[in-house]
Amino acid sequence: MTSLYEEVPAEVPANVPTRRVTVTVNGEKRTVDVEPRLLLAHMLRQALQLTGTHTGCDTTNCGACTVLFDGRPIKSCTMLAVQADGHDVETVEGLATASELHPIQEGFKQEHGLQCGYCTPGMMMASKALLERNPNPTEDEIRWALSGNLCRCTGYQNIVKSVMWAAEKMRAEEAE
Amino acid sequence: MALDELKIGGMGASRRRVEDNRFIRGKGRYVDDVVLPGMLHMEILRSPVAHARIKSIDTTAAWEVPGVRLVLTGETMAARNLAWMPTLSYDTQAVLATDKVRFQGQEVAAVIADDPYIAKDACSRIVVEYESLPAIVNPVQAQDPNAPLIRDDKENQATNKIFDWEIGDKEATDRAFAEADVVSTVDLHYPRSHPSPLEPCGSIADYDRATGKLTVYMTTQAPHIIRAAVSLVAELPEHMIRIISPDLGGGFGNKVPVYPGYVISILASILTERPVKWIEDKSGNLISTGFGRDVYLQGQLALRKDGKILGMRMHTVSDHGAFYADAQPTKFKIGLMHSTFAAYDVPAAHLTSEGFYTNKAPGGVAYRCSFRVTEAMFFQERMMHAAANDLGMDQADFRRVNLVKDDMFPYRTAFGFLTDSGQYGKCLDVALEAIGYDTFKEEQEEARKRGKLLGIGISTMTEPLGAGNSREYDILGIKMFDSAELRVHMTGKAILRTGAKTQGQGHETTWAQIVAHELGIPADDIVVEEGDTDTAPFGMGTYASRSTPVAGAAVAMVARKIRAKARKIAAHLLEVSEEDIEWELGRFYVRGNEERGVTIQDCALAAYSNVPDGLEPGLENVAYYDPPNLTWPFAAYVCKVEVDPQTGVWDVLKFVAVDDCGVRINPMIVEGQIMGGLTEAYAMASMQYITFDEEGNCIGSNYMDYLLPTAWETPGFELHEVVTPCPHHPIGAKGIGECATVGGPAAFVNAVMNAIEHTGVRNVDMPLMPNRVYEALQTGQNVSGMPPVKGD
Ligand code: FES
Ligand code: FES
Repeated sequence: MTSLYEEVPAEVPANVPTRRVTVTVNGEKRTVDVEPRLLLAHMLRQALQLTGTHTGCDTTNCGACTVLFDGRPIKSCTMLAVQADGHDVETVEGLATASELHPIQEGFKQEHGLQCGYCTPGMMMASKALLERNPNPTEDEIRWALSGNLCRCTGYQNIVKSVMWAAEKMRAEEAE
Repeated sequence: MALDELKIGGMGASRRRVEDNRFIRGKGRYVDDVVLPGMLHMEILRSPVAHARIKSIDTTAAWEVPGVRLVLTGETMAARNLAWMPTLSYDTQAVLATDKVRFQGQEVAAVIADDPYIAKDACSRIVVEYESLPAIVNPVQAQDPNAPLIRDDKENQATNKIFDWEIGDKEATDRAFAEADVVSTVDLHYPRSHPSPLEPCGSIADYDRATGKLTVYMTTQAPHIIRAAVSLVAELPEHMIRIISPDLGGGFGNKVPVYPGYVISILASILTERPVKWIEDKSGNLISTGFGRDVYLQGQLALRKDGKILGMRMHTVSDHGAFYADAQPTKFKIGLMHSTFAAYDVPAAHLTSEGFYTNKAPGGVAYRCSFRVTEAMFFQERMMHAAANDLGMDQADFRRVNLVKDDMFPYRTAFGFLTDSGQYGKCLDVALEAIGYDTFKEEQEEARKRGKLLGIGISTMTEPLGAGNSREYDILGIKMFDSAELRVHMTGKAILRTGAKTQGQGHETTWAQIVAHELGIPADDIVVEEGDTDTAPFGMGTYASRSTPVAGAAVAMVARKIRAKARKIAAHLLEVSEEDIEWELGRFYVRGNEERGVTIQDCALAAYSNVPDGLEPGLENVAYYDPPNLTWPFAAYVCKVEVDPQTGVWDVLKFVAVDDCGVRINPMIVEGQIMGGLTEAYAMASMQYITFDEEGNCIGSNYMDYLLPTAWETPGFELHEVVTPCPHHPIGAKGIGECATVGGPAAFVNAVMNAIEHTGVRNVDMPLMPNRVYEALQTGQNVSGMPPVKGD
């Protein structure tokens, strides 16, 4: 218990098992007691208040919940929080520093790669994974890498441009 | 010196969006992100069958699940007169079923618990006994004299028919057909589709017994209409209801209606005196909330040999599901279907419509569309395509003969609409040039040698966007105008609020640009807020591409009111009479002495510190705008496809879009809207539809079965513009959000048909999945999506 007070439910639900998990989220160690059935997406959103990770489907199709799991993009709606114990998770909230946006964030803004913004965090995390393994992707490579992420607003063309914009900026920064 | 308008983010600037600053940081605030102290969670139990009598509901086991606070059924709702609610089309809809379930996915019970997992667990413990009834899944079955009566709850409802409706001049049209050299016919099905914004629907109801105030966070495109509806349904006084529509993860018409989940969460909060959150899952969204289309379109053109259209007949049969819940203006039973052929000079026209109940989800929402305009324009352009072929005329030439010419405006259509401006021929020419229409025949020949079939498809259309005017357009009697309120602070910064509600269209960015254009206040100095009924002026919300035509106009008008007052202040500051004052962007000056002037910011400060005698202090105002007419954007879409005859797979080789939406406030955002719309058009043409088996099971209740295009399938689009300002809009703008979704599908379909019609096939119904195209190629026969539905 970390707060001064914590109300105990009148009828404590019997035999609800919980497990303590420790996950490094955006570089910070976070420890949470969770029911084993809790989805990682829900742990991020509800226990850690990192609501930038969205959920848009029940079938692992939309990619709105994409986060980086030990550097790889995964759909956090399809992983249990307990599976993340001891691992490294990066969410959209970890992209920018206090003073500076990540080039992918800048790219999405500059090239109008978002409208309602609901798919955007997932799109950006998937893009980050792509650019880390392929700093100079072609249009087809970008479209393929993002094909697990749905967007209903933009028609993707500007998302592709946003990723290109970011790739160029990241290459330039690398060269410096 | 006047300001440089582009530098201050005024009209025509591709200003980067201000809302992006929070979205790219994951700091958007969607309904599901809102957490209130003590909040409970609600889950809805839905019917697994399409049509059945409810014999009993046993909730005992659900109540026993630890953490459950409340279980609601139709019976508990009925005790509070809340089992049924009105729809936007003067019908009623069940909130929680009492007598029967009428579609698969219908709301049957709700559980409110400490967390959403517990609520879901408890839902699965509710035992419902159903006595199954035969399901009606299309209008053909609905008309069978032996068909079960779906709406046996309604008095005076002896059959499954909802309405018969007609418009136009039957006699004149019959005469035109009698005189025709050629009569061309089409018979089409526009399949049921779901707008499917990525974010599903949801609400958080928070009733405060101490103050009597109900606050509801809700995924709604029209917060003020919802406030009125909630006041009616829940019998709460309107001033005690506050609807807050925070960031929306897309809407596309899906978030216009009032849904049972909203109403249940409100009652649950009143009963538990705790905030109650309901977030629908995607299956719930796809099987129960407002769908679009699902209409059979039959029609004929009477043609003269030289290609002139003499008359048009159309008959529609629409499937509305179990409750007639179309979101549309009251006067028109099948939306603005009669806008069909508005782009062409058609002397006589007649439209008849029939609507039916079926055991499917209710809806008929304007899915990225101005009330059935999508169906109207799809019919129009498929009809044009067939007629040109029947005449043996070139597709472009046939359109040129019949398009309304520039000098014919204002033009009264056969159904009575007044189109007011456009350069239709020019748009078509730009599109044909860009696609390389002249050399297409050679390209086609060359492809044949490679064993590929090339096709080209054209779609040209104008559509009515931006309802009102309020003489003709209302929803449930509420007139369709809109509003804007502008408050300029003493330092010249400002806050603007409107009655519209952005869902990704970028209002926070563009509205500020209109103010910048009118007042010279830099756009960055203006904050825009929408979606809170306690603070925003009354408006009808955002759908049917009405924001820029109506609320956008109100923004310009309120800024002009502010400027008029600032002029009085300027005269006072400059010690001259008002008549001697001139305006240039951002500044008043003395006529004949340009040096002597004051900025709008000077006037703002004076409005609070140095007001002339007899003038009210402050610099705030509100404007309500009732447009004199709809706006009529025009678009020419041309698509080139390659079909593989071995598989029926088709690829888009090039797509050209020429849009004339009048003056563009923010070209970057306009183009974003067009590309998004074209993608939905491609989706409907190629894969996106919701169908049902003969028992009424929804095939398409999740993203594995309901296919939406990803970045991989979606083609690239080439955009061009033509600008014909709207003559009656204060800044010359027309609607644009939906043109591409409306006009796009026919371009894709016409292109594929053009590639395969040498086999004799005249039509393949959407979506043009490879198996359908392949079947058409093999048999030379039409492939229909119409009933009787095959059990495949
Ligand atoms: S929420 Fe859709 S893939 Fe995770
Ligand atoms: S920006 Fe709305 S879903 Fe992608």
